[in-house]
Amino acid sequence: MSGWRLWVPLMLFAGFIGVAGYQLSQPKNEFIESRMVGRELPYFALRPATTDRPGIASAQFSDGQPRLLNIWASWCVPCVAEAPYLEQLKEQGAAIVGVAIRDRPEDVARFLERHGNPYTAIGSDDLSEVQFAIGSSGVPETFVIDGQGRITHQHIGDIRESDVPVLLEKLREAGA
Amino acid sequence: MIAELGLAALWLAAALAGLQTIAGFLAVRANKRTELGALIRPAAVVQGVFAGLSFCALLYVFAITDLSVKLVASNSHALKPMVFKLSGAWGNHEGSMLLWVTVMALAGGLIAVVERRLPDRTMQATLAAQGFVALGFYAFLLLSSNPFERLPVPATEGMGLNPLLQDIGLAFHPPTLYFGYVGLSIAFSFAVGALLTRQVNPDFARAMRPWVLGAWVFLTIGITAGSYWAYYELGWGGWWFWDPVENASLMPWLAATALLHSASVLAARDALRVWTIMLGVVAFSMSMLGTFLVRSGILTSVHSFAVDPERGTFILLLLALYIGGALLLFALRASTISEGKRFAIASREGALVVNNVMLSAILAIVLLGTLYPLLTEAFDVRVSVGPPYFNPVGAIFVVPMLLVMAVGPLLRWRQDRFTRISREMTVLATILVAALVVVALLGDVALLPLLGLALAAMLAFASFLPLRGRKLTRIPIATWGMVVAHFGIAVALFGMASESAFTEERLAALEPGGTTQVDDWAITLDAVVPVAGPNWTAIEGQLSARIDDGDPIEMRPQSRTFWAPPQQTAESVLATRWNGQLYAVMGDAAGDGRWQVRLWWKPFVTFIWYGGLLVALGGVLAIIGRVMDDLRRRSVRRRAAARREDAVSLESTT
Repeated sequence: MSGWRLWVPLMLFAGFIGVAGYQLSQPKNEFIESRMVGRELPYFALRPATTDRPGIASAQFSDGQPRLLNIWASWCVPCVAEAPYLEQLKEQGAAIVGVAIRDRPEDVARFLERHGNPYTAIGSDDLSEVQFAIGSSGVPETFVIDGQGRITHQHIGDIRESDVPVLLEKLREAGA
Repeated sequence: MIAELGLAALWLAAALAGLQTIAGFLAVRANKRTELGALIRPAAVVQGVFAGLSFCALLYVFAITDLSVKLVASNSHALKPMVFKLSGAWGNHEGSMLLWVTVMALAGGLIAVVERRLPDRTMQATLAAQGFVALGFYAFLLLSSNPFERLPVPATEGMGLNPLLQDIGLAFHPPTLYFGYVGLSIAFSFAVGALLTRQVNPDFARAMRPWVLGAWVFLTIGITAGSYWAYYELGWGGWWFWDPVENASLMPWLAATALLHSASVLAARDALRVWTIMLGVVAFSMSMLGTFLVRSGILTSVHSFAVDPERGTFILLLLALYIGGALLLFALRASTISEGKRFAIASREGALVVNNVMLSAILAIVLLGTLYPLLTEAFDVRVSVGPPYFNPVGAIFVVPMLLVMAVGPLLRWRQDRFTRISREMTVLATILVAALVVVALLGDVALLPLLGLALAAMLAFASFLPLRGRKLTRIPIATWGMVVAHFGIAVALFGMASESAFTEERLAALEPGGTTQVDDWAITLDAVVPVAGPNWTAIEGQLSARIDDGDPIEMRPQSRTFWAPPQQTAESVLATRWNGQLYAVMGDAAGDGRWQVRLWWKPFVTFIWYGGLLVALGGVLAIIGRVMDDLRRRSVRRRAAARREDAVSLESTT
């Protein structure tokens, strides 16, 4: 072995150090974005998660009305934090349907009683099947679905006060 | 007080490492006997003592649960059993780094005492390099992760009573890997020392070899145990996930495997000089790279570690300094190292070179797969690389490697003819083909497991062939080591292939009283009961499994929900038979009174880990054999010297 070939390991290593150093200096993005944004909702039909609201099925989303599809659970703490902003969204005219992940009817009922019920319908996703199918990796997440049943936007994490106008705008775009 | 003593000892050890480095480099530059040069060995020994004292101080504050020490307050608790109090000392970032430098310093002290084969100058350069590496880790500890930091106000209670972490496997898994990494750091120092003085010869390989073998044994045990832990703890039924953290331990192992084989060639035949040096650098690079990937949190992994970008930056700087420095030195010096002895392709060396290239290729594949997400993320594309890449691409090189591995040990050194071993090769080929045909007839087996089973059969037979025609009692221990380790690879390969070819999986929704069938097993769900633990509640399935009319085996898998932090875990249960394991996981309620139960029958899956242990045992045998050889050679040399002296004195008297 001789000449330039002996420098190859050092060059490769320098490349690695460069990339790793650059990545280390970047803020880490832990969010996993759904690949389903821009596509049709996958097929699903969920039984009601509570006695006073109906369940949901993918077919209902093609009636021309854009909706928010909120993935939540009674056992999820950030879901408590976002409850008032879901309420605000509802007051400002958003139609919200819920998917309760791995939940029990009595817990769902208690949560809604305590933190308000902005949902027109709540389906029960016992095995996270629908959650995975639409590409959500955590709770809570909120999807904007247009009137043709297409996913147009994904919001990861709890909804904060500043997110409310953004989501209303996305809903308006989806309706246009 | 003890904590301050520990910190003082750590500073002193760091200062000695500094002395060792500076004195070493000056002595190597001066290239003659100097007073500075005489300081180096003692400095290394005393450094080891101080580092050891410092670690003892840390063990002490953990043993008495001194809550004024921040590390103790945040990682221990007065009510823990003693063994977990002690293991708590290294069950965190600061403590584990201290353990690392302590082992490194003790190893440095040990080579300073026992290693007398190498020329003085090479030894000085080696210890200088070793001190320089240790110095970086001391700086890391003292500047950014001081384990002895006091709290302004002592805590009233420790925070580390998490029962999840009180697991004996978890307590000893990380130190095992660390011993491996440290062993490779010693090999690295030898390589740098040899590069600095251009003294690359069989003695260098013999001095380095026990450290490489030791590191390799620890890594083998660490990986084997880690794989079993993931298998039963994660409850997914898999035993290897190609997760970045797993790869971080596999890559140094691959490099160490290549290194120990090339060091053997160098020791026996004085060939592969530059290549051995390169592997010495690469093996330690992989250890540091693994540590960096795990600790910096730069890659997302199923293992969650407390990550800290500042620490990541520090490790990256150390990595750049040591590995960059060593590679630079390599680029400048390697061309001036004289070529070793030549050999024919059909020879033991030839086979070892082929295997070295294969191992390096596998290493490159794993490295690329592990770092690829990091590369693409720079362009805002997020990918995850998994089995569909690693398995087939790795197999391209594993299959030829295993073929050569069967034949290589039968060849002679320097030059041989394949026709000489044509009989053996025919037998091996027959076994391979027969096994392929039998397994293919047995059923619908995918290509890779099919190849794996056939190769395992051939290799198991081949691994004993080097013993043929020899008197078993006269075979060197190191040769037994090779035989056992190669046989272990065959055993592990058989386990892997069998698991992947013949595993039966059943996802059943059972009512209490209901029965399902997996392979020969009939499994009945007797009852589902709630169980409560200290910080969790669980749904426990009470299963009884039986084969035909045999006695039932009780299995009680749980689906646990922890509330602090809230998280759900599956406590799987295994029933082990000689020919495989029944693996049961409890799922959720399926509604309508039925419960999901996931069951696997995994034929011969345990062979994966038995094989791993055999490989490690082979390594231990090789170390014993090599060290005994060295001692014997040393005493022969001493006796010869004594005889020569006698002869001289005899001559002078006559």
